[in-house]
This record gives sequence, C-alpha cells and structure tokens, in this order.
Amino acid sequence: MAVKLGLILLLFLLAVALTLGVGVQGLSWQAVRGAMGGYDPNDPLQVVLAEIRLPRLAAGLIAGGALGVAGSVMQALTRNPLADPGLLGVDAGAAFAVVLGALYLGQSDAGILAALAFPGAALAAMAVFLLGGGLSGEPGPIRLTLAGLAMSALLLSLVNGLILLRGDALEVFRFWIAGTLALGLQKPLLALAGVSLVGWWLALWIAPLLETLALGRGLARGLGTSPLKVQGAALLAITLLTGSAVAIAGPIAFLGLIVPPLARRLAGRNLRHELLAAPFIGASVLLFADALGRMILAPAEVRVGVMTAILGGPVFVWIARSLRLGEVR
Amino acid sequence: MTSSALQAQGLGLGYGARRVIDGLDMDLPAGKVTAILGPNGCGKSTLLHAMARLIPLQAGHILLEGQDMARMAPKTLARRLAILPQAPLVPPGILVADLVRRGRAPWRGLLEPWNAAHAQVCDQALAAVGLTDLAQEPLESLSGGQRQRAWIALVLAQATPVLLLDEPTTWLDLPHQMEILGLLRRLNRDNGTTVISVLHDLNLAARFSDHLILLGPRGLVAAGAPDAVITETHLLEAFALAARVLPDPVSGTPMVCPL
Repeated sequence: MAVKLGLILLLFLLAVALTLGVGVQGLSWQAVRGAMGGYDPNDPLQVVLAEIRLPRLAAGLIAGGALGVAGSVMQALTRNPLADPGLLGVDAGAAFAVVLGALYLGQSDAGILAALAFPGAALAAMAVFLLGGGLSGEPGPIRLTLAGLAMSALLLSLVNGLILLRGDALEVFRFWIAGTLALGLQKPLLALAGVSLVGWWLALWIAPLLETLALGRGLARGLGTSPLKVQGAALLAITLLTGSAVAIAGPIAFLGLIVPPLARRLAGRNLRHELLAAPFIGASVLLFADALGRMILAPAEVRVGVMTAILGGPVFVWIARSLRLGEVR
Repeated sequence: MTSSALQAQGLGLGYGARRVIDGLDMDLPAGKVTAILGPNGCGKSTLLHAMARLIPLQAGHILLEGQDMARMAPKTLARRLAILPQAPLVPPGILVADLVRRGRAPWRGLLEPWNAAHAQVCDQALAAVGLTDLAQEPLESLSGGQRQRAWIALVLAQATPVLLLDEPTTWLDLPHQMEILGLLRRLNRDNGTTVISVLHDLNLAARFSDHLILLGPRGLVAAGAPDAVITETHLLEAFALAARVLPDPVSGTPMVCPL
C-alpha cells in the first residue's frame, strides 16, 4: 500500500516538475527559487514561470483532477467501465453552453462563460442518463455508451455549427475541438478550483451509497438507500467536476476513461480510496500528456486534448475488448 | 397465539392498469419460516417486493410488526427488514468479505469508520453460511450454491428480525436447494429470524416451512400450516393441477404426486 501511495506521489511530483520545466524556454531551478524569493517582472524567466507555466500547471491540476474523479464517479454510477465524461456527452454539453453563451453574450466576461459550462454539463448528463435507461431499470454499458455517443455527436456538431456562424471563429473553434491548458491565465482558476473541490467532496461523501447501488436497485433499496437521490447527487458531482474541467481546458477526450482503472489498480476496489487517488492520477496523466505534446513538435505544440485522444483510443479498445459478454447488455 | 411479522390489509398490487393482486388480506407469523407458493405470474414476487416496499401499493396497507410500513424512514425499515432479490448485480471483482460488509449499510453513517462491532457481525454472518474460509475469494470464483450463500450472508449482516428472499433456490440443483433451505431453517431456529421466501418446489416448501401462503390466478387460495394448505382441492384451484397428496415418507409433511 505504502509503495503504491509513493508511486502515485512520485508520478505526480514528476508531472508537476515536467510541466514547469518543459517548454520553448527551458527553466532552471534558480529561476524557480528566484521567483519564490520575490517576483522580478524584468526577469524573462520569472515572467514565463508566473504568466505561462504556473497558470498552465494550475489548469492541468484542476482539469485533470476533476476529470479523473468525474470518470470514477461516472463508472461507479453506470457500472460501466467505458463511461467517461467525454464519451457520455457531458463535456460536449458544457462546450455547447459556453459557445452558445459566447455567441449571444459576446466574449466579454470569462467568469460568466465559465459558469455556463455547468448547466450545459448538467443537462447533457441528465439527458444521457435518461436516454440510456437510467430510470426505467438498470442501464447497461452498451445502451448508455450509445446514448452518450449520440448526444456527444449531436452537441459537438451544434458547437461546430455555432462557431461557423462567427467571423472570428478560428481560435474559438480550435479551443472547442481539442482542449488545451494554455489559456489558464484567462480563466477564473480559483473559483473553478473551489467548484471542483466541492464536486470531489460530494463524490467522496456518497461513495458508499454508490457502492450499495452497484448491487442493483432492489437490494440497494432493501439496504435503505434511495437510488434516485444517490443518482441525483452523483450527477451533480459529475456536473461540477466536468463543468470546471471544460471551462478551464475545453474538451479533453478519454481522460475520465484512463484514470479509473489506474486508480482501482493502485488504490484497490474501495470506491472512496479510488476517488482519493483519482485526482492525483488524473492530474499526472494530463500534465504528462501536455508536456509530451509540447515536446514532440517543439517549438510548436500538440494540444493536450489531441494527446489524450491519441493515448486514450487504444485504452478504450482494450477495455471494450476485455469486457466479458455477460457485462454487455 | 403467535404475533404477526407482516400483515397485509386489503392489498392491491399491479403494474399500471394491470392488477396482479386485489383485496389480499394475510398474516405472516413472526419467528416462523413462511413460503409463498403459486403458479408463474400469480404475483408471488410482486407480493414479496411490496412487503419490502420496493414497489408502490395500489391499495391497502402493509404492517410490519403492527406499524404501517409506508410511513417508515428507509433506514429504519432497512434495520428491521432485509430483502434478497432474485438476481442482484455482482460488482466486478468484489471479494466475498467486501460483499458481506455492504450489508452493514443501514447501520453506518456515511462518514463513520468501519469498526470492530461491524466486523464481528460480518464474521458471524460468514460463519453462519459456512463461507469463513472463502471470505477473501472473489465472488465470481464461487460455485452457484456458494454464491447464493454469500448473498444470504450479506442480508444476514443487515441483522434484521425479518428476512425476505425471492426464489433463493432457483438455478440450484437439488442438493444445493436442500442446503439453502436447511440454512434458512437453521437461521430461524438459532436466531428467531422470521424467514419469508418465494419458492417453487412444493414438497421442499412443505418440508422446510412452518407456514405456507398459496396464491392462485384469482388471489389467495389458502394460508396456514403445510398440512392444511397442500391439499388436492387447493392444488387444483391454484395450479389447475390434478394430483394426489401423500405424506412424505421422510418428514411426514405433505408430498405432491401429479396425476
């Protein structure tokens, strides 16, 4: 157990160091220490650190952590190892709401635009859950995944349609097609960090109820759990977490899919332990993917949303293939 | 005079406009083993689900130890009555011990740490079903009979005076059916637990139960001791089955020989 905890922590610290150190401008420990001693706006290295790298790190920590937890909650709620906020259309819902807001309210207030991600994510999460058979019975992995893919495709094509209505659309379009951590400084990071912490806390709190629900509705109710309340709380947690991540970094594919199996392997089958490990693993994976994306085409960068898609595609296939027939309904 | 664990008064159950059970009155004795019998589709499982408040009542009341069940808080009910549905879902990779721990849910606060008292209840439940040695095995690696015993251990860990089971012997071969029914009989004898199950096998039900409820297509046919319920006229009415009823040469309880 201690070894696994150490491993999680080591990878996490490595990811943080890599994020601060890698880039067009190499960064030394002297610069980092200098910045800690007192910020000198005339030192270009310190400016890079304060205005590019640290916001990037914060964006990665929040978005990666939030998506990792959201993925774990989603997989527990749907009992579906293929569940992921991206695959199930939740981040497409958030993206749609933000783009719609940007179009009609103008790009004036970053805070308002970020806040729009939450109702968008909530509506998409609820719609997919209902379409996937969440109320009528036990939603099976296949039905839910199909509902999510359909919702995702619909919302993303709406996003594209909206963006094409704008003249100056290219930058917006690029952001909403594949997420990036580069725009952290423009986002209300502190508020979004707070919202994701609330989402994380809620997820940790209801974890035992989700475990009870995983025994099936009948037995769960027999054990004194109200399935509807638990599902509602879980959807709220997913919404808070995915909304924060999307507001900061745009859509990031597959992260919520990659993190939960890793967290289960490292933290064990107790959902609360898994949820404690998930944000650290999520942030590590996202920061590694981001650093990799900045290294392979340097000085240009491959967006982290593209990197996670490249990494996550094979993981999706691997999980789908390892599902036994009995689990596929 | 024995007291009642569960009472139904003017019970109406169904799905939408389709009534499955109408105007049912019945009394299930406390501290006894009761089996609910009847043909497929007569509403046995529906009745059991209603007694665990898994489905809404269309009419009437159900009293648990004299109190109207409709007004109980979910956790209160879960501390007094447990139900094992027919096909609970198996969380992938779960260990037997972890499955049984989930039975403590109604007795634990959400942030309350696991403690020795809970662990002791779970150990006792595992011992009662004879799975102590397999506690650290994945549920999926167990045989059908062992798996069913693991689920029973879960509801035992719930530590309720009343235990409902929906067809606990379906899918099991005859020796394993005997094993499960014997286990339930022993739990009743050792702990005084009221055991109520839906069963299909009339002969085994008569052998292992104190009290039988026989349902037919038009509602309750008979209720009472096995001798009084398993009769040729009742079988004809409930199942449209012509049969002779003889005393079981082993136990002396009624035994059905279809004609």
